[in-house]
Amino acid sequence: MRLLTHNMLSSNIKGVVNGFPLRIEAEKVVEKTVEMNGEFLKKMFEKIDWKAFVDASRAMGPEEADCSMLDSDEFLNRFHHALLELHLEEGALVCPETGRRFPVNKGIPNMLLHEDEDTDGEDSKDGLTDIWKVGVFSVTG
Amino acid sequence: MASRPEVVAPPEIFYDDAEARKYTSSSRIVQIQATLSERALELLALPDDDVPKLLLDIGCGSGLSGETLSENGHHWIGLDISASMLNVALEREVEGDLLLGDMGQGLGLRPGVIDGAISISAVQWLCNADKSSHNPRLRLKAFFTSLYKCLANGARAVFQVYPENIDQRELILNAAMHAGFAGGIVVDFPHSSKRRKEFLVLKCGQRSVNASMLSRSKNEDGESCSDEDSEDEENQTVCISDRHRPRKKPKKNNKSGKGKEWLLRKKEQMRKRGNVVPPDTKYTGRKRKDRF
Repeated sequence: MRLLTHNMLSSNIKGVVNGFPLRIEAEKVVEKTVEMNGEFLKKMFEKIDWKAFVDASRAMGPEEADCSMLDSDEFLNRFHHALLELHLEEGALVCPETGRRFPVNKGIPNMLLHEDEDTDGEDSKDGLTDIWKVGVFSVTG
Repeated sequence: MASRPEVVAPPEIFYDDAEARKYTSSSRIVQIQATLSERALELLALPDDDVPKLLLDIGCGSGLSGETLSENGHHWIGLDISASMLNVALEREVEGDLLLGDMGQGLGLRPGVIDGAISISAVQWLCNADKSSHNPRLRLKAFFTSLYKCLANGARAVFQVYPENIDQRELILNAAMHAGFAGGIVVDFPHSSKRRKEFLVLKCGQRSVNASMLSRSKNEDGESCSDEDSEDEENQTVCISDRHRPRKKPKKNNKSGKGKEWLLRKKEQMRKRGNVVPPDTKYTGRKRKDRF
């Protein structure tokens, strides 16, 4: 699992308000070389939660990513390396609120929830979603 | 073997090691999956600016559909409930990141980060209740609501589905609409029962959907043609032509001519004809009490 994915992933357990970021417990980290694409990195930079990203890259190894101008090649290289080339192979992700461990095996995090952790969409009260609901309900019904 | 894998066993059990390997080694399935994912990617209508996107592949299985995404230069995150399928994906060294998860439990991704989502032949699994705690309606709701949250504004999600019947199609579509998605169903090859493929195209954010894009579905000749089915699903409107019709006709007053005198006269008539008629009393022709 790359840090790109880690930065998008949050805990989905019932009752957890802020399940992001998941803490990384790294046991084995591998590197795979990927072709660099500056445009993609710049796009992703807007979406990345920087603090979580820096914490995650620290947890993965000694290498630290620091914030500087996006235009410098040096920065882009390091950003690219940390975001797309570092893979968490074995270890775990830990939910920041409940401390629940999601084990990572062969690079695949196991995000399956137990039955009592399952939200089943009950707490999906979104202001925006409700507005849509009202608008669409009368039409489809 | 039953024709629909959904009725055989839950996905994490059906796609065991043997089945996963069989699935991926069948060149026919590989080819179908590639065609479907390419069509899904086409329907996703990503902006044409050569910048790789971060996509989501829901029910990625062994990564057959993800391969198409990689070929087009996109980064993707794949989610599947079958560990065996994901193991095969690892062996095939797919480029995307894989997650073991249940889409019916919600996706658990940060809001607004994903540029688009595809799903090939997966969503119909949600319509089954494989455990006592499963409720298809709630699982569909959890899935679509969490997907709506994690998609960026204006992003699309394309699902290739095999609904078992009309009810199932409606169940899926309704769940998507309730989550806030706009969109409809595109049917490719509507006249062929074998080649017929349904794509659920959903758009997140804006209500307006590019209707011209949606209503174009492939015909036998490979040409695009507008299809009745998809049109109907999109333009769901409520007919209000009867709005000004009066709800009820005003009741006629039938009381005239049926008073006590009229009744007595009728009874007299009957007596003259020799019929058995109850005697006239103080109760004759009297109105019953309201509470009767």
